Amino acid sequence: MCDTCGCNITDGNRHLLRADGSHAKVTAVSVLNKLLRHNDAQAEANRALFDRHGVLVINLMSSPGSGKTSLLEATIKALNGGLRIAVIEGDLETENDAARIRALGVEAHQITTGTACHLDAHLVANVLPRLDLENIDVLFIENVGNLVCPASFDLGHHLNLTLLSVTEGDDKPAKYPVMFRAADAMVISKTDLLAALDEFSPDKAEACLRRLASNAPVLRVSSKTGEGMREWLDWLNQRLEHYRNLRRENRSLSPAVQSEGRRLHGLARPDVRFKPAPKPQTA
Amino acid sequence: MPMHELSACMELIDQVEAIARSHEAERVDTIVLRIGSLSGVEPGLLESAFEMARLGTVAEHARLRTERIEPRIRCRACGLEADAGPGDLRCPACFGTDTALIAGDEMILARIELLQTAD
Repeated sequence: MCDTCGCNITDGNRHLLRADGSHAKVTAVSVLNKLLRHNDAQAEANRALFDRHGVLVINLMSSPGSGKTSLLEATIKALNGGLRIAVIEGDLETENDAARIRALGVEAHQITTGTACHLDAHLVANVLPRLDLENIDVLFIENVGNLVCPASFDLGHHLNLTLLSVTEGDDKPAKYPVMFRAADAMVISKTDLLAALDEFSPDKAEACLRRLASNAPVLRVSSKTGEGMREWLDWLNQRLEHYRNLRRENRSLSPAVQSEGRRLHGLARPDVRFKPAPKPQTA
Repeated sequence: MPMHELSACMELIDQVEAIARSHEAERVDTIVLRIGSLSGVEPGLLESAFEMARLGTVAEHARLRTERIEPRIRCRACGLEADAGPGDLRCPACFGTDTALIAGDEMILARIELLQTAD
């Protein structure tokens, strides 16, 4: 179909032509805009702000009830002030999770999304003025418990941490490939319950993740008994050191999947690429 | 409506309105999206969100067409390019996990068709 002369007026759209006899013409405009480019632009602004202050930002995602807040509580206790932590909590309702973090003496801000199933870059930007970024080493953003929607929204964070608890199916990475493919590390949580749940195989969960062509580390952690906490904290410290080395060279870090996607699709900047049909110049 | 397709749709309408304005179009006839099956956006839900989002806009009478893009990978080890299923992105030849997704996660406004009054 031709983009310029109007021959793509079909029986299906002919009724849209003007009734007074003047012709309407159809112009096709090729665009290659990312659908979420407003979100992505805000996410880049968030990331630039974090980078100016050298704050490593980690997005925690999982089903509801997989132990995200418990992992944060155990992490804060284990670090014992060794790193300056702050937390943004996302839930549909209540301040409950933020209150649990504050009870440990750590700054926490709750975003209640109402009915929205995910955090987006603008919601995160709204709470950033309340954070003392200069005095934070690591900011955790606990996303709304949901294995679908949060994976589509860049918040401006540097790393994705996806939790899978042993009370869920070990084939979840196969069922929710978009979410698990985005993980920079996967935590298998509540491993203290494994003895009672012989149907969950951590090896099978890891195999499902590998089928998604992910080489992300799989950390087996019990926030309750402390099993695996050392490996998790080692990973955290190692990523923080890596991030700080990058910042010394004025570089930053994006979640692995997102940076790859941008490079491969050639959409590094969400700018408009018009190929407008020729239009007569009018004075 | 608690679905992220609605957020995507609101952004879509914003972009479409801006393009229609810059082309002085009367209305939008067709909107063509490219949605990868690993984008996290469900075309069916996007279409129902669009039914709501378009009301009162220049795209009120527009048709939404979705081109679904299936995953395709390139193996960094053996160089093979191949189609892949959403649940298995390994190289089908060497079963390596070091592959790059070269298609299938896009969420792109590809094309719109505008109706303009010809003078």
